[in-house]
Amino acid sequence: MIRHLLSIKDLDPEGIERVLATAATFQADGPRIMRKYPTLRGKTVVNLFYEASTRTRTSFELAAKRLSADVVNFSVSGSAVEKGESLKDTAQTIEAMGVDAIVIRHSSSGAPNRLAGWVSASVINAGDGMHEHPTQALLDLYTIRQHFGSFSGLRVAIVGDIAHSRVARSNVWGLQMMGADVTLVGPPTLLPPRVEGWGVETTADIEAVLPKADVVYLLRMQLERGTGATVPTLREYSRLWGLDAARATLLKDEALIMHPGPMNRGVEITADAAELPRSVITDQVANGVAVRMALLYLMLGGRDAREEVPVE
Amino acid sequence: MSKAVVFRGARVVDPASGRDETADVRIEGEQITDIGKISTNHAEEIDCAGLILAPGFVDLHAHLREPGREDAETVATGTRAAARGGYTAVCAMANTDPVADSAAIVEQVVALGRAAGLADVYPVGAISVGLQGEQLAELGEMATSSARVNFFSDDGKCVQSAGLMRRALEYARAFDAVIANHAEEGALASGGHMNEGEVSSILGIAGIPAEAEEVILARDLALAKLTGARLHVPHVSTAGTVELIRAAKARGVRVTAEATPHHLALTDDLVSGYDPVYKVAPPLRTRDDVDAVRKGLADGTIDCVATDHAPHPPEDKEREFDLAPCGMLNLETALGVVVTELLDPGLLGWLRLIEAMSTAPARARGLDGHGGPIAPGTPANLVVFDPATAWIVEPEKLASKSKNTPFAGRTLKGKVVHTMLRGRFTVREGSDADGQR
Repeated sequence: MIRHLLSIKDLDPEGIERVLATAATFQADGPRIMRKYPTLRGKTVVNLFYEASTRTRTSFELAAKRLSADVVNFSVSGSAVEKGESLKDTAQTIEAMGVDAIVIRHSSSGAPNRLAGWVSASVINAGDGMHEHPTQALLDLYTIRQHFGSFSGLRVAIVGDIAHSRVARSNVWGLQMMGADVTLVGPPTLLPPRVEGWGVETTADIEAVLPKADVVYLLRMQLERGTGATVPTLREYSRLWGLDAARATLLKDEALIMHPGPMNRGVEITADAAELPRSVITDQVANGVAVRMALLYLMLGGRDAREEVPVE
Repeated sequence: MSKAVVFRGARVVDPASGRDETADVRIEGEQITDIGKISTNHAEEIDCAGLILAPGFVDLHAHLREPGREDAETVATGTRAAARGGYTAVCAMANTDPVADSAAIVEQVVALGRAAGLADVYPVGAISVGLQGEQLAELGEMATSSARVNFFSDDGKCVQSAGLMRRALEYARAFDAVIANHAEEGALASGGHMNEGEVSSILGIAGIPAEAEEVILARDLALAKLTGARLHVPHVSTAGTVELIRAAKARGVRVTAEATPHHLALTDDLVSGYDPVYKVAPPLRTRDDVDAVRKGLADGTIDCVATDHAPHPPEDKEREFDLAPCGMLNLETALGVVVTELLDPGLLGWLRLIEAMSTAPARARGLDGHGGPIAPGTPANLVVFDPATAWIVEPEKLASKSKNTPFAGRTLKGKVVHTMLRGRFTVREGSDADGQR
């Protein structure tokens, strides 16, 4: 298995399959994992979060604890980045304490890449700037596979602020690796520069895309103000690119609605659309724990998923 | 009176006189006294077979960091690096602390250069007070000070106001001074940390489009034409900029331009590992841009090579990419990079290379005594280098106080053997010399 997970591209399709298969084993008794496994007893995982995060940090913490690892939460406020200890010094401090994995969330793209160069522990990217969020992509892939069984030929529409989204990047690369077709939907101001090289289709017309999509994946929209604003108002964004229940009727019967959370209800998705039966947004959260368990298990336990998961 | 020196049998490449031939060069005191086939005659003879002798290099753009950031570089360490790179004249940029926007600061920088004695240091004055882009600095006071500043720039800060830029160009004409503007439109570049393109898109780093440089340059060229003033374009980084300069020169606009070793050699894909050693302003661009800048330098559209030598201590560079400062070391590696990347592949010849490293920058700033000609009665500001020997760039061996070279580990051809400032060695046999003979 890989030593670091900095980008979803650190995994190959076989590696992704192995993570997903292992996660499924953990969920054999149901989506919520109640059992505790001894696999990582004696191992230490540090959650190094330079950005506020509830769901991702909690998900990693639960995943590590379910595997009996010791978990330390090392939270740093945004201002400490500017004023306090440098990332390198923090890395070396944590390293000196002897840890096996560092899960890092940081507002700077590439901070996990830098960290990996300074420590011997495994580094897992829990979201860096506008770069990647590979474990989000893994749990999204897992959720999609739960419903469709495979990825080949699936059509996934990712809607919204792709340019600034680490979730979008990891999902695009991950979905492409697994054989899905990706369409990016939004106004050109929200598409990344030179997106032509990404191997995806792009369109501003969500209503043309929805009838063909197997999955519609809505990204969290944030409003920038002033001359750099990417859309005039959130109201206009919501009208043109938001998903409400009426627009959701354009979807095929078996199509899924996904969102990485936290949702801006009424902006990229309305409450009624988020609560449709086809919405798997809460499944994504539940699956996050299983997928992160699988990843920690494979990266730190060094076992292969084909071996049986040890049971206490 | 120190003993005379004869450089024996060097290939003398001197664009100012058009000379490119094997010859001996005799130095007495501070001057060149003879050139041709000459006898040793009470002089120390230095064998230069296989070496090139040229006018000492001139750098229009270096950050010596003093006063203010002596932890990164001082005038003494920066000019030591310059001497090792074959330079005899270095223009020190204005973004010191305090800013070089007054006669007192520019005179101090000159004095520090004289004290070090390793290269002539010519300060660049700020265009605006405190580099703030709001109010003209006292250009006249700097121009008429003992530092005789005739070259002004707000350095990394682009003069955003077209009105201020027009006034600066107009006012500078009173002193026949040159205005150099870092071309980067603030709103287009806002928040950017690297070239905007395929690479930045995948890395998730906010980009600075080539157009941020080109829209300001187009404006500045129009203003240079309007005012009849002399505009200098620092660190050309895009293919579009090369085209704009080419067209402006054809129209008769008084414009000169420089390219840095890194914009001639490196591309934005190097940022892929997020190492800020590759972070620089303007940013490393694409292969197409590098090819256009090379071609522009070769054909003279871009007049000269300037280093934009920008030392930063490790604690500033060993950071997250977006939090690290811009800048790269270049003084000690510029010759090697230009030889390896442009001359070796046949993009330019020795006369044009020496012109770009010495004669053209000296002319752009009117630096008498630098850039040649190599002729009796002129100051002995010279470099002698080995054009063929390959060497590996080892950061820890550089003279600069900082080690942020993007060329670490690279094999370069072209190594300085001797550098001479007004008849005194600053580098001799590849080793630091204290200016004695």
